[in-house]
Amino acid sequence: MSEAIIEARGLTMRYGDLVAVDSIDLDIPQDTCFGLLGPNGAGKTTTIEIMEGLRKPTAGEVRFRGRKLDDTYRDRVGIQFQQTALQEFITVAETLRMFGSLYTRRRPIEELVELCDLHDLMNRDHRKLSGGQRQRLLLALALVNDPDLVFLDEPTTGLDPQARRNFWNLVQRIRSEGRTVVLTTHYMEEAEQLCDEIAIMDHGSIIARDSPYGLIQANFEGSVIRLPASQAVTRAQLPSQAQVYKECVDIPSERVENTIHELVGAGVPLEGLSIHRPNLDDLFLKLTGTSLRA
Amino acid sequence: MRLKHIGAMTYARNMEFVRDRGTFFWNLIFPFFLVFGFSFAFSRDGQDLLTVAVFDGDRLAIEQFLTTPGLAQREFATRELAAERIRNHQLDLLIDGRSGSYTVNPSSTSGALVERILATTPETAELQRVELAGRAIRYVDWFVPGVIGMNVLFSAMFGVGFIIVRYRKNGVLKRLRATPLGAGEFVIAQMLSRLLILVFTSIVVFVGTWFFLDLVVVGNVFNLLLVTVLAIMCFISLGLVFAARFRSEEVANGFINVALWPMLAFSGVFFSLDSVPPALQRASLALPLTHYLNASRSIMLDGAGLPEVLPNIAVLTGMTVAFVAIAALLFRWE
Repeated sequence: MSEAIIEARGLTMRYGDLVAVDSIDLDIPQDTCFGLLGPNGAGKTTTIEIMEGLRKPTAGEVRFRGRKLDDTYRDRVGIQFQQTALQEFITVAETLRMFGSLYTRRRPIEELVELCDLHDLMNRDHRKLSGGQRQRLLLALALVNDPDLVFLDEPTTGLDPQARRNFWNLVQRIRSEGRTVVLTTHYMEEAEQLCDEIAIMDHGSIIARDSPYGLIQANFEGSVIRLPASQAVTRAQLPSQAQVYKECVDIPSERVENTIHELVGAGVPLEGLSIHRPNLDDLFLKLTGTSLRA
Repeated sequence: MRLKHIGAMTYARNMEFVRDRGTFFWNLIFPFFLVFGFSFAFSRDGQDLLTVAVFDGDRLAIEQFLTTPGLAQREFATRELAAERIRNHQLDLLIDGRSGSYTVNPSSTSGALVERILATTPETAELQRVELAGRAIRYVDWFVPGVIGMNVLFSAMFGVGFIIVRYRKNGVLKRLRATPLGAGEFVIAQMLSRLLILVFTSIVVFVGTWFFLDLVVVGNVFNLLLVTVLAIMCFISLGLVFAARFRSEEVANGFINVALWPMLAFSGVFFSLDSVPPALQRASLALPLTHYLNASRSIMLDGAGLPEVLPNIAVLTGMTVAFVAIAALLFRWE
């Protein structure tokens, strides 16, 4: 594994009695796409904002290329927030120029336009952009200083599937330019598509960390049989390895035929049954007990 | 401080103002509406009473004169101020017991009327007649600085105070904070943008009303511009104090209004403070708008030079420094 571009040691954030981030250690290798996943309130945004240098942690420290964060840090990273507003009545071209003039290092605007496909939008008021167009502009703004490290906080939340796929292509292009990307997302598919490595956060701690494939391998064998949650079924009727969640029951199974026989034998109705290869969604459900999208 | 950063932010804010047609025209057109509306409403000069001021006189001796129905007494701090009002046709007659004289303006018809009444009072027969000529100051001449002051005050408080709170709430500040832009650079750009806008609109309103209404402009217009710039800086700085912390536009709006309305009521925007109790006159000196209006009216209507309005200039400058210091101490990005 290559050297860490940014590392956090003992990161802790307390708000009164609430511990939002609980002594996290995190190092993000250069030249990777790193995904930070977790349910709402897990502490992802706080963690990422500390790493962006926007919040001071209660304890712990962040180092960028081995040095503590200082005034030059903001000049060298790119940030796209989950929600953001820009000054009103400004065109896309003006917004790009304005942000560009705030940095010492600058990427030519034509390159950004090309990369983020903004050609036809340059003279448009940025408030009149569609969701996908707007995210492309915000990404261009995050890249305006040609950063080595880019933070993307839930960049595709609220986009339609088409726009989301377009955005993924963009992120892959950025990755191929040799930039390190730190991403938070609500979409497991997005993490599987984009991330070389993911960390799952819950209650302020990192509870698992590996490549998406590695995590699934480590936590599942075989397939997952899923049944809709039903009040008619009691815990006693289900195999011991079954996980009962609010919306469904998941039964990991190495031999699907055997498990189904078992269920039929126990009198469990199979209406609505599905079988799939375990993915990050299943992993997430298993590790945190909640569905990410809920 | 990097000029490039300040320039970029100032440009963005200017565009935001100029392209928002509603705000732009409101800021420019509304003062004209006010001036023309009020000049029409008060075209009778707004004075139904005849007015007189007495200095060091034996009031009892002339009580019969002073109690003439339709005649009202006015109090002034100094003889000079009262004389100025005679010159402007705002006071009809001034009796000075010490020099044994009375002063009227020969071109004032109501002055002539009061003089007639005075002549019917035997006790005042020995008073010497003094003439003090001067062009009548209409209500509108006096009102234009008030409108400019009010416009500048509102626009500075909302255009800086309210907008920064909105930026904080909707995330503009957060996004800018993620760049190398400094808080000081951002704030200076906001001030600079609003200063440019307000100097421009004030000049348009002043020149426009001057052209259409043939205003009385006795003093130097550059001095007038100078005190206007100082007042704009002062109001913008006051706006910054409100912008420093609030995260809710509604709360900021409430506090800004609480600060605005006393100034509108007690700074003499619409009506002269000459006829209010002296305690209230003194209290009004705590409000920056009062100092702007006193200075600008002295220059415009009485022909005062900078030395004469130096106290007002000093107060406006001092308040600006104090407001900026408070705002800098309180300012938070989030």
